[in-house]
Amino acid sequence: MAVERLQNFFAGALLVTVREVREQFRDWRIIFPIVVLTLFFPVLMNYTANRLVNFVQQYDAPIIGERLIPFLLMVVGFFPMSISLVIALESFVGEKERLTIEPLLCTPLSDTQLYFGKLLASLTPPLLASYLGTFVYLIGVTYKVGWRAEPLFIVQIFVLATMQALVMVSGSVVISSQTTSVRAANLLASFIIIPMALLLQAISALMFWGRYSALWWVALGLLIIAGLLIRSGLAQFRREELLEREMDTLNLHWIGRTFWRFFKGEARSLRGWWRSEVLRSGRKALLPSGLTVLVLLLGGYVGASQAKVFVLPSEYIQEYWNSGEVISRLGQLQLLPSYSVGLVWFQNLRAIFLASLGGFFSFGVFGMLVLLLPFALIGYFMASLVQVGISPWVFLGAFILPHAILEVPAILIAGGAILRMGASFATPARGQTVGEAWLRALADWARVMIGLVMPLLLGAALVEMLITPRLAFWLMSR
Amino acid sequence: MIETENLSKAFNDFWAVSGINLRVEAGQVLALLGPNGAGKTTTVRLLTTILRPTYGRAWVAGYDVLNQPEKVRSSVGVLTEGHGLYPRMSADEYLDFFARAYRLSAHERKQRIDELLAFFGLAEARRKQVGQFSKGMRQKLALARALLHKPPVLLLDEPTSAMDPASARLVRDAILELRSNERTIIVCTHNLSEAEEIADQIAIINHGKIILQGSPQQLKVALQEKARFRVRFASALNGHRLSLVKGAELLQQGENWLLYQTAQPESVNPSLIQALTQQGLPILTIEEQVCSLEEVYLHAIEGELKDGR
Repeated sequence: MAVERLQNFFAGALLVTVREVREQFRDWRIIFPIVVLTLFFPVLMNYTANRLVNFVQQYDAPIIGERLIPFLLMVVGFFPMSISLVIALESFVGEKERLTIEPLLCTPLSDTQLYFGKLLASLTPPLLASYLGTFVYLIGVTYKVGWRAEPLFIVQIFVLATMQALVMVSGSVVISSQTTSVRAANLLASFIIIPMALLLQAISALMFWGRYSALWWVALGLLIIAGLLIRSGLAQFRREELLEREMDTLNLHWIGRTFWRFFKGEARSLRGWWRSEVLRSGRKALLPSGLTVLVLLLGGYVGASQAKVFVLPSEYIQEYWNSGEVISRLGQLQLLPSYSVGLVWFQNLRAIFLASLGGFFSFGVFGMLVLLLPFALIGYFMASLVQVGISPWVFLGAFILPHAILEVPAILIAGGAILRMGASFATPARGQTVGEAWLRALADWARVMIGLVMPLLLGAALVEMLITPRLAFWLMSR
Repeated sequence: MIETENLSKAFNDFWAVSGINLRVEAGQVLALLGPNGAGKTTTVRLLTTILRPTYGRAWVAGYDVLNQPEKVRSSVGVLTEGHGLYPRMSADEYLDFFARAYRLSAHERKQRIDELLAFFGLAEARRKQVGQFSKGMRQKLALARALLHKPPVLLLDEPTSAMDPASARLVRDAILELRSNERTIIVCTHNLSEAEEIADQIAIINHGKIILQGSPQQLKVALQEKARFRVRFASALNGHRLSLVKGAELLQQGENWLLYQTAQPESVNPSLIQALTQQGLPILTIEEQVCSLEEVYLHAIEGELKDGR
């Protein structure tokens, strides 16, 4: 029964895919760039690789050539995927503009079949072009330059190309299904192009650095993001809403009114609001806060593990730690920057808002990365102290714990709220429009931030400036 | 069968369809008439489940549009406002794609596609790309798509627009044949004579509301509270001062004719004929003047405008 349902599902989805792919291959505007990017461009890259390798060898710098050839392989594989963006961006909204979507929506095909069908149709031709281009380049570089790639590296490049295409296509299909014109979709595509450009730079850096194993982590990260984007797209795709949106109007009045309605809830006083609405939102963030605990512990562990890679000079630590300089500086309250309470509070708030902003655009993922950074640093310092025979607990107890009593719960609650906000973009919101669901998530986040996180961080800043240095001084001078 | 109960649809603050109640039985054709933007297309989209009602309910072929949308879509054949054709596909490929989407078996697909292409005179152009079709051919192909899976309910938006008279006749005959096969059909049209010819019921819609509904005859009668008659005389009236009987109201008078109206033609007409004959006016013909559907339509729409709705 389940197998039959699965077969029916794929039959419907593939029906849409085959039709679209067939039509794409009849459009010379798609065929021409694919041919150029799969046949001409790899040959050009072969030529470039050959010339550059010869050039750098003249100056006895073969490593540049060695690193350049795999980098060009990645570039050759990536370029044809730029077409996927064009195809995917107009998958829904393009059909809507050409007035061909309505008969398709009237068929018994389900929303999921339509969505997957379009997704696969946008993915298939550019990905095939990418694979073909990579093969052409590999053959050329093998015969012309004499460079032979490790089989595992070739697999890695193919996996990376597939993941990059998957992220770009899944993101573009989300945009296409939520906008009202191809023009608007193209404008919104910068939300995909800019992060992908940054990612390419990061991948390039890793490849020139020779850290090829890190590319697996990049591929894994891309897979997670693609999964979240597909989940989000499916959750928010409803055929009934596709024809409803006729104009991209920004109704600020409606946005403000709706946000305030969600933010205020049913409360009639400030006290009532805190007791009912803030605590309710806080309770909702409890489960994701538990997940945040795991992420932060992981951050600490990763930081600690890096102490062996990036070793601090032990003589310097011991000299500094034992010389009394720490104590004398603590006495002058100069170990910690001489900020005011307000500045410390502002600094922490800024970090939390940065994490929220990152989380808003990445289903919470980048928000978590920002939050785990200080924990990675703490883990790193503690492990560094252990390496030189100093008890890390003194450091923890003296410099971290006092204000952490308030700061860590604030971070955990904020992390929970950020994850919840991110997750809400990937979960269905039946009975609400996408805009309403987003505003509700934002209002939930704002309640937690204003009602819980900001007061806790203020308390933490007070402790950090007024108690921590004195406690550290007392502990260190014993 | 199609049934709606207070069917309503709002786009933000604008009510495109408001409180529509319809009941179209199997074997009946309902013509939806109304100016552009009246809510006809929105109503059709609600019935095909590609828009979700803001309020109210609807049942199509016995299925609830809110809770059984997939079953509704399987039971409905739709001719959309835009033809919705893929220009780079041939007619054959296009119909085959939709036949597969409607889950027809390979044998059924071939049979239906052959039948429909032959019926609409497109058999010879079956391998031609749709982009090369004329407007009329595209309309026929879109109609063929709507009929592929032999749906019990048909929703046709402007089925004969852009067609030459012969093709339009072909489509009208097809609709009448489908009606006799116990299908439920809703036709949105601006062509009033077409509506009068094929529809069992007419609903005039404006500003999202049905303002008049009934059979063509009922609508005409509803508009015309009193029966009108035109009397033609054998000779000119030459300024003759006419005196009509009680209950007859003179509306217009010409050189050799007059137009009057009465609420009781059964009793008034015989006495009026007698009176006119006694006045020495030889009657040539007397015929009832039934108002046209166009008059009913304009009266209904203008009445709406006057009411400021």
